[in-house]
Amino acid sequence: MMAHFSYVRPRSLKEAIGHLAENGARVHAGGTDLLGCLRDQVFDVRKVVSISGLSAMRGVEQVAGGGLRIGALTTIAEISEHPLIRKHYTALAQGASEVASPQLRNQGTLGGNLCQKPRCWYYRGEFHCMRKGGDVCYAAGGENQFHCIFGSGGRCFIVHPSDTAPALSALDAQVEITGPGGLRTMPVENFHVHPEDDVLRETWLERGEIVTAVRLPAPQASLKSTYRKIRARRAWDFALAGAALALELDGDRVVDGRVVLSGAAPVPWRSLLVEDTIRGKTLDDRTIDAAADAVVKGARPLAKNKYKLPLFRGMIQEELRRIHQSAGADG
Amino acid sequence: MEKPNPKRSLSNHRISRRSFMAGVGAGTVCVAASSRLFASGGGEKEEEVINADSLSKLSLHINARDHHLLVEPRWSLLYVLREKLGLTGTKEGCSRGECGACTVLIGHVPRYACLTLALEAEGAEITTVEGLLNGEELGAVQTAFAEEDAFQCGYCTPGQIMSVEGLLRKNPSPTTEEIRIAVSGNLCRCGAYSHIFKAAEKAAKARSK
Repeated sequence: MMAHFSYVRPRSLKEAIGHLAENGARVHAGGTDLLGCLRDQVFDVRKVVSISGLSAMRGVEQVAGGGLRIGALTTIAEISEHPLIRKHYTALAQGASEVASPQLRNQGTLGGNLCQKPRCWYYRGEFHCMRKGGDVCYAAGGENQFHCIFGSGGRCFIVHPSDTAPALSALDAQVEITGPGGLRTMPVENFHVHPEDDVLRETWLERGEIVTAVRLPAPQASLKSTYRKIRARRAWDFALAGAALALELDGDRVVDGRVVLSGAAPVPWRSLLVEDTIRGKTLDDRTIDAAADAVVKGARPLAKNKYKLPLFRGMIQEELRRIHQSAGADG
Repeated sequence: MEKPNPKRSLSNHRISRRSFMAGVGAGTVCVAASSRLFASGGGEKEEEVINADSLSKLSLHINARDHHLLVEPRWSLLYVLREKLGLTGTKEGCSRGECGACTVLIGHVPRYACLTLALEAEGAEITTVEGLLNGEELGAVQTAFAEEDAFQCGYCTPGQIMSVEGLLRKNPSPTTEEIRIAVSGNLCRCGAYSHIFKAAEKAAKARSK
């Protein structure tokens, strides 16, 4: 049984933000991550503010200029099945379809997926780790087979658990944030917090703020996007290694592209080295091998996660070969 | 599951435990009318906060019946189904969304009752494994599971059945791959999956007759 909390289901976004600005208040959208955290006593909550009834925040709409605006309460299942997302933003549809299990996709929301708490078993367990305000990262010298190879800052070795965030970052999406100060937007790429900047938080949301929508730019015919997730079981698990690729192609030449890794770092990890390696190049074997070298360059694996290096190498090779072959087929 | 402590202070309760017990007997009353706590609209008034350790009225529509009861904010739908309404067909496994034993349909869609607050289920059409009966007869999916021997210990079976039921309501003639995905959020430690797939295929055929 969870500890006691008070509960309110506001009738408007404004009312919800008023409640969320209070000390000890937490937002409930789908509730899948919140309730898990409460059961595990990861944090205390005094008031649960449920926004699940704010139907204006749910759904996918086309906006002026041709992009899409996805309400934060749109479920992961709805995103994975949406025809426009499947057609024009393939990486996002694929990422959404790889999240957790069918039941969790039916309940979990896009906003919740971006804001979910880390899955590190020390963080979720009874350890007063650095991310919970303690002095020690227990994963650094402990059971770290599922932890990061980039970006720990030497402080916290979680991997960001989202499958939609890497896809949104690769697709150059913006996150729409509403709070006591009104509306602001920022690139999804900048939304998550590196441990060296602040180890106690995962996103740049301020108190009282929530994600209200995600905006995707107008689709480009030349953009090919994919998301690949490798995990121990084909269902439910989080990524051991993953990548979202959004490449602007001219035939099988990469004009430009964004590559964002999952299962790699405490934030969705943009691999500028892979992008630099493939930009302007034809996806031949030499380029693909160079990209495999680039994807793990600078990685600092821990004692038990060195297997991730060949995993990332092989995955990026497979993904680029697949894109090369489909570009050849299209051309 | 840990039971709520009846000895804790009742001073903040809007309704005391005594009146709760007197009012609802074994935990539930069923009447035809439904009163919505969270009626939408209704002018400028802000929604009331339900205090942490107080009980509030809740109406749940389960298996085509209305149930009116008093719940704490922290109670999950799973806890209410099993401990307050006696609907013990829905099983508790992990209580953290990692096993699927508690799968129910909420608005025809499979979800985990352990990760759903009871208050969040208000106004929705909820179906549990008990709701698949046709009178005294087993429903099509239940019958197919029995005929195909789609279980060993049976603990995960109600959840598996609800996932298949949810699939067939949305997609009456699924492929084997679609069936595999549909039950991928339900663990079967006995490893009866191949029989579960056969049962789902059989149920799809039976339903389409």
